[in-house]
Amino acid sequence: MTQGNAAQSFINVGERTNVTGSAKFRKLIEANDYAAALAVARSQVENGAQIIDVNMDEGLLDSEKAMTTFLNLIASEPDIARVPIMIDSSKWSVIEAGLKCVQGKAIVNSISLKEGEEAFLDHARKVLRYGAAVVVMAFDEEGQADTIERKVSICERAYKILTEKVGFPPEDIIFDPNIFAVATGIEEHNGYGLAFIEATRQIKEKMPLVHVSGGVSNLSFSFRGNEPVREAMHSVFLYHAIKAGMGMGIVNAGQLTLYDDIPVELRELVEDVVLNRREDATDRLLEAAPRFKGESSAKRQEKDLTWREKAVGERLTHALVHGITDFIEEDTEEARQAAERPLHVIEGPLMDGMNVVGDLFGSGKMFLPQVVKSARVMKQAVAYLQPFLEQEKTELGLENKPAAGRILMATVKGDVHDIGKNIVGVVLQCNNYEVIDLGVMVPAAKILETARKEKVDAIGLSGLITPSLDEMCFVAAEMEREGFDVPLLIGGATTSRVHTAVKIAPNYVRNQALYVLDASRAVGVVSKLLSETDGPAYVGEIRAEYDKVRQQHLANEAKKQRITLAAARANKFEIDWKTYAPTKPQFFGPRVFESYDLAELVPFIDWTPFFQTWELTGRYPAILDDNKVGAEARKLFADARELLKKIVDEKWLTARAVIGFWPANSVGDDIELYTGEPRVARLAMLHTLRQQIARDPSRNRAHTALADFIAPKETGVADYIGGFAVSAGIGDEEALKAHFKATDDYGRILFKALADRLAEAFAEHMHTRVRREFWGYAKSEKLSNDELILEKYSGIRPAPGYPAQPDHTEKKTLWRLMDVANKTGITLTESFAMWPAASVSGLYFANPESHYFGVGKVERDQVEDYAKRKGWTVAEAERWLAPVLNYDPRSMDAPKVA
Amino acid sequence: MKKIASWAALEKAASERILIIDGAMGTMIQKRKPTEETYRGVRFKDWKQDVKGNNDLLVLSQPEMIREIHEEYLAAGADIIETNTFNAQVVSMADYGMDSDELCYEMNLEAAKLARAAADAWTAKAPDKPRFVAGSIGPTNRTASISPKVNDPGFRNVDFDTLRDAYKTQVRGLIDGGSDLILIETIFDTLNAKAAGFATLEVFEEKGVELPIMLSGTITDRSGRTLSGQTAEAFWYSLRHLRPFSVGLNCALGAELMRPYLADLSHVADARISAYPNAGLPNAMGEYDETPHDMACQIEPWAKDGILNIVGGCCGSTPDHIRHVAEHVAKYKPRQLPEIEPKMRLSGLEPFVAG
Repeated sequence: MTQGNAAQSFINVGERTNVTGSAKFRKLIEANDYAAALAVARSQVENGAQIIDVNMDEGLLDSEKAMTTFLNLIASEPDIARVPIMIDSSKWSVIEAGLKCVQGKAIVNSISLKEGEEAFLDHARKVLRYGAAVVVMAFDEEGQADTIERKVSICERAYKILTEKVGFPPEDIIFDPNIFAVATGIEEHNGYGLAFIEATRQIKEKMPLVHVSGGVSNLSFSFRGNEPVREAMHSVFLYHAIKAGMGMGIVNAGQLTLYDDIPVELRELVEDVVLNRREDATDRLLEAAPRFKGESSAKRQEKDLTWREKAVGERLTHALVHGITDFIEEDTEEARQAAERPLHVIEGPLMDGMNVVGDLFGSGKMFLPQVVKSARVMKQAVAYLQPFLEQEKTELGLENKPAAGRILMATVKGDVHDIGKNIVGVVLQCNNYEVIDLGVMVPAAKILETARKEKVDAIGLSGLITPSLDEMCFVAAEMEREGFDVPLLIGGATTSRVHTAVKIAPNYVRNQALYVLDASRAVGVVSKLLSETDGPAYVGEIRAEYDKVRQQHLANEAKKQRITLAAARANKFEIDWKTYAPTKPQFFGPRVFESYDLAELVPFIDWTPFFQTWELTGRYPAILDDNKVGAEARKLFADARELLKKIVDEKWLTARAVIGFWPANSVGDDIELYTGEPRVARLAMLHTLRQQIARDPSRNRAHTALADFIAPKETGVADYIGGFAVSAGIGDEEALKAHFKATDDYGRILFKALADRLAEAFAEHMHTRVRREFWGYAKSEKLSNDELILEKYSGIRPAPGYPAQPDHTEKKTLWRLMDVANKTGITLTESFAMWPAASVSGLYFANPESHYFGVGKVERDQVEDYAKRKGWTVAEAERWLAPVLNYDPRSMDAPKVA
Repeated sequence: MKKIASWAALEKAASERILIIDGAMGTMIQKRKPTEETYRGVRFKDWKQDVKGNNDLLVLSQPEMIREIHEEYLAAGADIIETNTFNAQVVSMADYGMDSDELCYEMNLEAAKLARAAADAWTAKAPDKPRFVAGSIGPTNRTASISPKVNDPGFRNVDFDTLRDAYKTQVRGLIDGGSDLILIETIFDTLNAKAAGFATLEVFEEKGVELPIMLSGTITDRSGRTLSGQTAEAFWYSLRHLRPFSVGLNCALGAELMRPYLADLSHVADARISAYPNAGLPNAMGEYDETPHDMACQIEPWAKDGILNIVGGCCGSTPDHIRHVAEHVAKYKPRQLPEIEPKMRLSGLEPFVAG
């Protein structure tokens, strides 16, 4: 599961209806003001809480009675009662009183092994009999678990009892492995954040069907009174815990800071504390904390009006991302005056802003409640524009024109998000379509009934949350069954072209289900679909396209299995560093080789790829005697030898090289290069990517990254790395001009192919010298050219942009380290191709266990991690790593409006 | 805990064909136009208050009448007949001053015995079509989730424990009288049904025997919700922990309007699907006038589309309706139980599926 999806499916449990957590709520209950208490619950649901936690544990209250009264009252409020209840108490009697009041399937929070197995068994059996899911605290007879081991072992013990003795469904078990306060000044507490995160990872790995939850606000207890720091801590903690598998949290999600909004300095400090990254993390945060003190980020943002100085488009985006309605009308008006038509404000700046919201949501940096706020801002802006849209319609005389078509739109059952659908509706109406909008949470039956009664020309379905996808499949199947024959349009955040093609369209073959990327495409799609002349052809196109998508999807599915980055790292390629003594290179830093003798390189030429250039397949020299291509190969080879002789003898080309060595150690998946010994000053950081392919575990194969071949920093082993850039193509342009007619394609290609071969031979030759002389770790190596070609030597020379490190941009670091451009004249293009083309560059690894491998496709979790290490945005990383992505970033960047 | 002996035969029959459950009991009783005297019979001729309309009492006062009705439904082809115990618990019986545990237990015991004897006689006649007795448990006349006082929404005139105790007595009688199944039906408030389910499991534990449970909810109108406000899917998640033999819908709607909600259930439930709609909707005179043929024609597509395991009729249906329905669905295979992905599925009034 990728981070994007994990964060999107993260369950926000509203925490405000809790007398122990909210003084305001406690006072209302104590004063018997249940009407106001209900308003608190309602606002939780309106702000995106998917479950509400109710806690009445207060010494002076009759908690059982308060629980009963409040839950009975909630039952008569459909706006609140639509969501499940979490019955929260440390007293079993209160929990049981609550269970007797809820008709829905609730969650009990919590039971534990605190009072031993017997009480635990009794409570668990009752919970099951009342029909609820259960939170189990990592708490046993000895107390609350604080270490990773105790957290995991208690949860495992509880799991065994629940599933084996009680028959509890594992998917209804939620473990709370205890979030404790960090940065308290007590050293043992420093690891509490990380312990929760790591325990979560292990629990999810060992018991994949269970859920992990926790009360996040405990974490920052020692920073009471400093809301900005607390919020930053919660946001950072969730960001990492969700990645580890935390699927649910009791949070005041409406007040969470956006991960990206935390000032970089504070984020670093907080991350050091939460992840326990350095010994002095607490001191540093404590020292810095007063500087960040002030009002909570939400309030601060309300007051910080510097964003008002930006251009109107940016202001609209800011307002949408932060859910601020204060200026939305004046900004919308300003945008309207600047726009040619009012509709363009929606299609332009407002949609742009919502796309930013969608990206943040998709990358786990915004939570559902915040998206709900964004939607509210959007609605207000659209509502403001409505009269202008109407007026324009009148002015254009569209009012009395017959509608171009009648479209039914609905957000499917189970989903309440309608902002995207509303926008599509407005856009269609502005283009003279009649729109029948059934609103949100619309069951299939109602959609079909209305569609039939109103004789609509097309049906549009929208949804934001993942279960909506299934519902859309269901609607499509029902349309097929009931004999409908109108197009079905699919849109909304979780929908995608692939899902529509693979899952929805096959359910509805009488007409066509098709995916609409965003509101701006809706009109084009609908007008084509409804056109008598173009309609059938368009549907035909879509069908053909979706067939292809389906086939591709099937093919991909087979190879697509990937494991998480964390799991891949846990299975890295292990080298026993205790028994390995790295050889120290003969020099450090770069060394240049000017005008290398080409004749020396000729014996190193690997001719097999040369023939491949000409699409003659077969191994050299056997290819020369091949039955089918032998004659052709011999002729080509003769021409090549003749030309090669000229190139070498007449020095048509110049060969130049630079190589270098540096002290190096690996740090995670990266390799740190030092300026010298002792290894204090960092010279550069090389980044590597790790395999994530899911393999049969019994095969016991590692998930390798190049960094695994360099001794990790913590081993204390002084290891080294080398780099090189060679070219045999210096002067190729001039040579081409001087010796070949512009029309002589054969000669030109032959020349270029030979230059390529010479460059490869140069790289091979230089690598041999490196092993035997310059690094000298294989001084006695004696290998024939054939053995060289078969890579029978020790150590490797992988190139950036090739399978072991698919990221071309790593060349930039090499170029800087060795000043390649100035020293050799080999330059890098914008896309990191080398110029002249007959050049080779790469790294040298000396370890005898190092070997070539392919990284293969990578998941989004690694891309995000890699982006962070490289200082890129995720989008940049996705651009550079596009060929090796194991997912479709477009489907994730799709407008996250529904 | 051991399973009741007849369970295997029921499983087998359900895997082979769409099972037929009987039709309305009340309609059949009303056709006989019973008077206050009929209801009282000999045993209750001096009862302190009127008992006319207390249909459940008839198993004690007019057992022959009830036996006849069972007989008619069995003859029409019912695989499962329901005991005449829809209201036989102390909460409902308070209306007639009959809210004693002893009397309620006796009603259930005798009702189950009556149905048992009728079913056994037909099984003996045709052993390849075994007949089963479902102990009927209705919703009572009170709601645990809804206040009867408009201006006091927190008020309740019944609570979970009262319902649970009332149902426990009922379940004991139904099991002791020889029921093969426990049928919790016409569920318009899911909390009442949760209490009934809780009681049922407790009695199973008490007696060391487990019976298959059938659940049947009631979607009250075209809003697609139960009276207490749940959607069909949310309703299922609330009661799924009972691991029922079947889940479905009955009453309130005719076949035509029931279909979409049944399809919803069929989509999400890994239990068999049952349906016994009314014979249409009541006309201006409060009568159900959908003909047996019409009803059967409405139901047949459900069987054809594979969303049905058990089917019958509710208000207004007669043995003739059941016979027609049985004929129309006979040629179709029962619905296959779907594999439902294990996910945490919670509910309020609406379903909530994690992940």
